[in-house]
Amino acid sequence: MKKSLAYLIAAGLAATTALSTAQAETLRWARAGDSLTLDPHAQNEGPTHTLAHQMYEPLLHRDMAGQIVPALATSWAATDNPNIWEFKLREGVKFHNGEDFTADDVVFSLNRAMRPTSAMKELLSSVEEVRKVDDLTVHIVTAGPNPLMPNNLTNLFIMDEGWTMDNGCAEPQDIANGGDNPCVRSTNGTGAYVLESRAQDQKTVLKANPNYWGIGEFPLEVTEIVYTPIQESATRVSAFLSGEVDLIQDVPVQDLGRVSETAGLVVSTAPQNRTIFFGLNVGDADLTSDNVEGKNPFADVKVREAMNIAINRDAIQKVVMRGQSSPTGVIMPPFVNGWTEALDQYPAYDVDKAKSLMAEAGYADGFEVTLNCPNDRYINDEAICQAAVGMLGQIGIKVALDALPKAQHFPLIKNKETDFYMLGWGVPTFDSEYVFNFLVHTTTDELGSWNGTRYTNPNLDQLIVSLASETDLDRRNETIAQIWGTVQSEILYLPIHHQVLNWGMTDKIDFAVQPEDQPHIKYLKYKM
Amino acid sequence: MADTQPKGAAPRPVFSGAVSPKSRLQRWADSDIWYSFKRSPVTIVATTVFFMLIAGALLAPLLSPYTPFDPGSLNLMNGFTEPMAANAFTGDYFLLGTDDQGRDVLSTILFGLRISLFVGITAVLFAMTLGITLGLIAGYIGGWLDGLIMRIADIQLTFPSIMVAMLLYGIGKGLIPPALRDEMAIWVLIVSIGLSEWVQFARTVRGATLVEREKEYVQAAHLIGLSKWSIMLRHILPNVAGPILVIATISLALAIIAEATLSFLGVGAPKTQPSLGTLINVGRQFILSGEWWILLFPSLTLLALALSVNLLGDWLRDVLNPKLR
Repeated sequence: MKKSLAYLIAAGLAATTALSTAQAETLRWARAGDSLTLDPHAQNEGPTHTLAHQMYEPLLHRDMAGQIVPALATSWAATDNPNIWEFKLREGVKFHNGEDFTADDVVFSLNRAMRPTSAMKELLSSVEEVRKVDDLTVHIVTAGPNPLMPNNLTNLFIMDEGWTMDNGCAEPQDIANGGDNPCVRSTNGTGAYVLESRAQDQKTVLKANPNYWGIGEFPLEVTEIVYTPIQESATRVSAFLSGEVDLIQDVPVQDLGRVSETAGLVVSTAPQNRTIFFGLNVGDADLTSDNVEGKNPFADVKVREAMNIAINRDAIQKVVMRGQSSPTGVIMPPFVNGWTEALDQYPAYDVDKAKSLMAEAGYADGFEVTLNCPNDRYINDEAICQAAVGMLGQIGIKVALDALPKAQHFPLIKNKETDFYMLGWGVPTFDSEYVFNFLVHTTTDELGSWNGTRYTNPNLDQLIVSLASETDLDRRNETIAQIWGTVQSEILYLPIHHQVLNWGMTDKIDFAVQPEDQPHIKYLKYKM
Repeated sequence: MADTQPKGAAPRPVFSGAVSPKSRLQRWADSDIWYSFKRSPVTIVATTVFFMLIAGALLAPLLSPYTPFDPGSLNLMNGFTEPMAANAFTGDYFLLGTDDQGRDVLSTILFGLRISLFVGITAVLFAMTLGITLGLIAGYIGGWLDGLIMRIADIQLTFPSIMVAMLLYGIGKGLIPPALRDEMAIWVLIVSIGLSEWVQFARTVRGATLVEREKEYVQAAHLIGLSKWSIMLRHILPNVAGPILVIATISLALAIIAEATLSFLGVGAPKTQPSLGTLINVGRQFILSGEWWILLFPSLTLLALALSVNLLGDWLRDVLNPKLR
């Protein structure tokens, strides 16, 4: 009896010591919207990738400074054949379920990301074959030489072949048709954190992966992540001010002053690799949401130009964004190859000229149309849309605003069910080709999946496809400039501004803003 | 004993002028109601506030200094102007300041009041019509119809009415094509609030009808061959009107608050046609950032409206219910 008591005390003491040395740190993290799915290839969307990055890993990824660094691949290089890239894989990596990570998993995952239901296939459109050379070497064979292949891989997550097949997730979740599979709710990656529990749109809990290959290489000071989406900006900032959460990714611009004045809280600010703009259905013969019979007013470039100069970008920046944005005239952020100051210039706000353009186009009395807008995705997304409704009202365009959560808004764009919509686009490859492949190329099985404009131009499509295999970088940049020339003169999109990121965190956290708005928690450090 | 004369109701106007030499106004001035009204300062204030708000809502297009819901007249640069100050960029002046989109808060309140009152009054009229009809049928015809109507009412009473309204609102929105959603939102709101409030009317009317149907004047009407509907509407209904008036007033306050709650939760009046609840919801975003006027003024207006209607309802209940005197 006495002996067992002594054992008990000893065990208790041991447990306490173990706990204190492990330095259990829980990070409570919030942002406006949740990840749309845990299936890593089903959505090409920022918050979805951000959460996936904690559990899954790509071959190479962008670190907190936005630099490409090795992840599951340790080195990569073009081979003597310029159409083949060789990737050396990391040794001794295990998936969360204990399976070994091998070349087979890479071949399987990249092929899965090229399936018809994948949202990531534009990134791999130049890939002809992914080939296993040995257990730790993979060759990616492209249709022509693709000098920028590695840039495309930073959000392409590697899944375990056996686990994925056993769960019946051979095909990525078919979001457009309401598809579902077990990989939407469970994960098996190689990443630093393991999924503990998840209630969509409510709470996701992740625990540190005790067998992570990067132990010793990354700070890994956070041992538990509690991720809570809080859509209402006032509720989110209240939760942050009252200490219920430690990190919020989107401090509402109206509360920046209040948060930075609060003792113990800091705001970290940096320009984001993301541009906000409006898309117009320019391609259809008639619009479904307008009141003009048998004609599409957006098909007339004069109407588009009128709308472009009727939007007072400076007022949006000053009032809606409270200075926290950079107005722009192009739909790519300055981080991207192809961006120039000339393209970034935005047209002067000119209501009179806009009105006369409307009259020239035969719409002196304006027309009615519906604007679809997300309300939990971008900074002040709905307020920007409301402001645009007012500005377009001044040139006679009566806009009905339909603001929905992103989970309902994005399918409208992908299924071509909206005539006029807000979208924000970040460029993880830091190259214009990514923008063209998703937003400008005609919608086909491989490309143009986010091109809600219905715009189609075979010559432009040819130029866009040629970018993937152009090895002469100067010639490639010329082609990029040429494509932008057409996109700008056609006014396919109405650019608004580049976003500025404002992460709020407690002053115990040492964490820099990542330009893609992707906090990789494994890098997070606590101040001693 | 003049038992056929109903009790409890206010002194009813007598239709033949020969009976009394006094004018209507004089009779009103001599009545209990007016006497009680004069003696209750709270009621006088509540009535004044209520009628001022009604006047403000009715005359909104004339009174508002700006046209806040004509997008073409807005200037975003006027956003977040402080009350009783000129905007730094445009020089425009706003008595109660502006919201995030540069809309004049005073004008939005006047127009919002319109929506709130319109939804409240229409919803109560709808609930009243439905409740009275069902209550009369249940009370006068009785039988299995009575059982059915009252069981439905019992079931509905087990849910909070705001929940019923939310449920009905969700169903209504789902049935309407997205293109018509904004235009129909107000009507869906009216029907959902109306359907969640009819039970009070039906139960009261049924109870009163059960008492009245046994009285001699009803039996007399029956004997001379009047139809059921004619008896219900021409003879019973006027005699159960007193309690209905009281319930209608209290229901109006409830309906206005229900509408504000739904709109505050973002499921009610759309932002293009904001009611007071929508305005409060918008203002809430700026409560921490120092723009207090966007939240405060619509909230005070809602408070004044709901409180004045409630006080009026309380007073009416006291006056019309002799047992409380």
